[in-house]
Amino acid sequence: METAEIIQNTGGVIGVSWLMIALPLLGAVVLLLGGRRTNGWGHLLGVAMSVASFVVAVVAFIEILGLAEDQRRQAVPLYDFIPGLAKMGLLIDPLSICFALLITGVGSLIHIYSIGYMSHDPDRRRFFAYLNLFVAAMLLLVLADNYVGLYIGWEGVGLASYLLIGFWQHKPSAATAAKKAFIVNRVGDFGLAIGIFTIWTTFGSVAYGPVFEVAGQADQGVLTAIGLLLLLGACGKSAQLPLQSWLLDAMEGPTPVSALIHAATMVTAGVYLVVRSGAIYFHAETAQFVVTIVGVATLLAGAIIGCAKDDIKKALAGSTMSQIGYMMLAAGLGPVGYAFAIAHLITHGFFKANMFLGAGSVMHAMNDEVDMRKYGGLWPVMKVTAVTFLTGYLAIIGFPLLSGYFTKDGIIEATMHVNPVLGWLAVAGAGITGFYMSRVMFMTFFGKRRWAEDAHPHESPAVMTIPLIILSVGSVFLGAFLILSNRLTLFLAPAVGRPKDLLEFHWNSTPGLVTLALVAAGVALAWVKYGRAEVPQVAPRGSFLTTFARRDLYGDALNESLFMRPGQWLTRIAVFFDNRGVDGLVNGLAAGIGGTSGRLRRLQNGFVRSYAMSILFGAAVVVGALLYVGTM
Amino acid sequence: MPWLSILIAVPVLGAVGVALLPKGADKLAKQVTLAVSLIVLALTIVMAVQFSPGSSDRFQFVETYPWIPSFGVNFGVGVDGIALVLIALSAILVPIVVLASWHDADAPNAKRSVKAYFSLLLLLEAMMVGVFAATDVFLFYVFFEAMLIPMYFMIGSYGGAQRSYAAVKFLLYSLFGGLLMLVAVIALYVIADKGTFMFPELIGAISDPNTQKWLFLGFFIAFAIKAPLWPFHTWLPDAAAQAPAGAAVLLVGVLDKVGTYGMLRFCLELFPDAAKFFTPLVLVLSVVGIVYGAIVAIGQTDMKRLIAYTSISHFGFIAMGVFAMTANSAAGATLYMVNHGFSTGALFLIAGFLIYRRGSHHIQDYGGVQKVAPILAGTFLVAGLSGLSLPGLSTFVSEFMVLIGTYERYVVPAIIATSGVVLAAIYILWMYQRVANGPTAETVQGMPDLDRREKWVIVPLLALIVALGFFPKPILDVINPAVDKTLANVSVTEHKPAVPAVAEPKGAGE
Repeated sequence: METAEIIQNTGGVIGVSWLMIALPLLGAVVLLLGGRRTNGWGHLLGVAMSVASFVVAVVAFIEILGLAEDQRRQAVPLYDFIPGLAKMGLLIDPLSICFALLITGVGSLIHIYSIGYMSHDPDRRRFFAYLNLFVAAMLLLVLADNYVGLYIGWEGVGLASYLLIGFWQHKPSAATAAKKAFIVNRVGDFGLAIGIFTIWTTFGSVAYGPVFEVAGQADQGVLTAIGLLLLLGACGKSAQLPLQSWLLDAMEGPTPVSALIHAATMVTAGVYLVVRSGAIYFHAETAQFVVTIVGVATLLAGAIIGCAKDDIKKALAGSTMSQIGYMMLAAGLGPVGYAFAIAHLITHGFFKANMFLGAGSVMHAMNDEVDMRKYGGLWPVMKVTAVTFLTGYLAIIGFPLLSGYFTKDGIIEATMHVNPVLGWLAVAGAGITGFYMSRVMFMTFFGKRRWAEDAHPHESPAVMTIPLIILSVGSVFLGAFLILSNRLTLFLAPAVGRPKDLLEFHWNSTPGLVTLALVAAGVALAWVKYGRAEVPQVAPRGSFLTTFARRDLYGDALNESLFMRPGQWLTRIAVFFDNRGVDGLVNGLAAGIGGTSGRLRRLQNGFVRSYAMSILFGAAVVVGALLYVGTM
Repeated sequence: MPWLSILIAVPVLGAVGVALLPKGADKLAKQVTLAVSLIVLALTIVMAVQFSPGSSDRFQFVETYPWIPSFGVNFGVGVDGIALVLIALSAILVPIVVLASWHDADAPNAKRSVKAYFSLLLLLEAMMVGVFAATDVFLFYVFFEAMLIPMYFMIGSYGGAQRSYAAVKFLLYSLFGGLLMLVAVIALYVIADKGTFMFPELIGAISDPNTQKWLFLGFFIAFAIKAPLWPFHTWLPDAAAQAPAGAAVLLVGVLDKVGTYGMLRFCLELFPDAAKFFTPLVLVLSVVGIVYGAIVAIGQTDMKRLIAYTSISHFGFIAMGVFAMTANSAAGATLYMVNHGFSTGALFLIAGFLIYRRGSHHIQDYGGVQKVAPILAGTFLVAGLSGLSLPGLSTFVSEFMVLIGTYERYVVPAIIATSGVVLAAIYILWMYQRVANGPTAETVQGMPDLDRREKWVIVPLLALIVALGFFPKPILDVINPAVDKTLANVSVTEHKPAVPAVAEPKGAGE
């Protein structure tokens, strides 16, 4: 795998790229420490910091474009963090700058949208503080030039996610979901941490540049282990099987959070980790293969879950799992897949944020109703939301010429190239996507109105619809821009390696045509079931498969019976044992040796006297011993 | 300047002064105590600034006065980087504890003397400085035992409902360990036959492996009870839960560190072969303690007991780092001692604020505190996050160093210990959820938020936790050379990476 060498930065905007992290961090600190005094303008500061960070990212991006290809990976050292172990620094290269643009760009739009969405919330300032904190941590995650920096950002976004899922923490369900997300993520972090330990003991460094340079010389078994451990971390953060269970619950958070953190950016961190560690996976085929398996399994599982959810946010969350599955699949393919993984990640960031914010707009209009069975026929009353949602929808199902069409097709083609079986499974997933997304579209905007009596839907204010419009433009055009003439592949090549042969886009390839046919079938089926037919307000019982999907493929049930309940038993036993066993044993032993247990009881009555005796006894021993020694 | 003698003498004089104040001058007693502790802090800072980490001397600010010349006992003090940061920890925590304990000794129980409590606090401070500064093994033992006395009275006279039981249990455990150590100290003196208890001269004095093992055990068990390691830990939850919050901070934050400090200083350097021989055993105890302490913590219903059990888990990390004997693990363990003092200190103090308001230490009696007292809840969350070693907070750096350093040599123990990060998330966040989230419990309605004094208590701690989380270098620069010297005396070989990577990226245009 050939990548450009990392060179030392010598100035320019790249030299101050730490501002990208520092600005939103400053915003978060001011808003959190400033308290109520900042209530009046807190949200504006939050937006300003995010936008400022975006501006820095854009200027840095332009600077990179002006550099020769072998100058495009620049290290910006910051300070000695843990002497002898980790220096803190940033790596600005085509890969990290793509993420920085996505995070600050989509992030800023969502900040702006939140001004409107959270306008009635008394804690809006705190919300913006957490959003800024998230942006800062996420940027550290992608910009750090070493694994320790990545890990700090990694857990930092976990904290922001915890705070934001549980933002309405008076709701027990929100507090529980927040805690669950953090804990499940920590299971992933356990893997990531040990992966980093192994990198350290193998290479004596945790910095990307030095490690990747010599990665190929390490023992293959060790590299495979590192690859699998990093993958465990990626599974936690990106809600991939088997650590997917937290994402659906995370929808308890305010909808802009679901859009920013649980769709567009944070949950894609796992994909970033795998792509960034390409030099390690390149020499660990087994680990790569497992990555693709995880990706395919999750893309199917997420799609199936998405089919059965009546809660619009949970349907979208299932879809997010599924789409990240696609990215993970592509990331497991090696250099041939990296650009497609990132391209899909970027376009997904746009169209999924678009749809989540659209869902938020609908909820805003419908008194926070999330059940799609209570929607229907909404498009005439909220046309901007409906049209922008429509573009996102068409993009995700891969409607020809829209963003998802190019990026998902790229992943399918690249997979066919490496492993046709997985490729056809990805095609099948695209068909299911056509079905479940159409279901969301039809149930929400078309068909009969099934609104609650007190619902008076209306279009959202401009501060919410303008971000929607911008995102929907991206949903339409970004895919073609990134994929055609291999634009992104060539841009990323210095950072992630150039594939052996470039895949050209062909509209008439067999997998592409089959995908289109399956998607069309999915849409048609959804039209028959949810567009034309009456949608009952109460969900029908459904088949075994429906129940299976509604219960998140029994993921929670599995976790509960495998970990939670045994864990609770273990805790109870340990507490009992500690109170009776260890204490009893030690007391008993002490009694056996010196009758302490009996004395303990006596001491409780006259302990001061006994204590004096103890000291006297001790002193006597000392003096006696010293005298004895002294006479020798 | 005899810095260390001054640091010991000032709080002793302060303690006497406070004790001699007229009856009823409670407020004055508190103010004097606070002033004295701040003077000690200022002196410590001045001393620390003069400390030169790069010095080739083993100890700095050395003072030696003959004490019992016929037995070669000296009043010998001096510090290296390890001792210095622990003295600094004590000097920082005491004024904070004084301020936090402002009302702890007050009525309703009028029989308790307020000035005695604060006098004991200062006396304890002198002992804490002394125990870390002692370079004479016998002097160390004297401080090690003498420390028990003020703490015993603070728990036994000012503690909760079960205070007598807890205080006596604490005392008996400690005395038992202390006696073992005393025997070992005397045996060390006799067998080494150097006619002195001075630590630097005793290094390498015992060469016979079997003798080393016996003496090691004498010291180690005392320290394992003090720290405490599993299974010597059962006194701690009782003592910490019954002690007033401020005393609990000093007990868990500083006094227990004497155990882990002793392992690093005495067990490793005086008995290097025995230390290596017993390493597998100690690692097993540590790892069991890490997981076991965390699991039992999850099951606690009492806030202070819960925090005490998390500390048992954390002491496992420290002991593991000490005995893994790599530069990273041992430096990490030393840093862990400091960070844990701040982190657990903050947790105990905030728990104390909650308990003072609500009058209950049962977690179930709370709920929805965030809604009525957002700042109190916010500080509780930050302190809690430092307890689960969140990156960006100081505790992460030390835990990461301990784990990565241990992993260099002992892969399996390090992996099991790393599972502690998951368990820590459970015990902290679950406690926080039960206390601060959810609908506001009726009993919590109207709970006042932090007042000015309480903010002064908690803000410096949290600020230190955050600052050291991002910039641990200043303190690591002090610790590292001392740890290197310690490990050099144990003569362990550092781990070498299989495929060493080149460190620096190339300059532009090269």
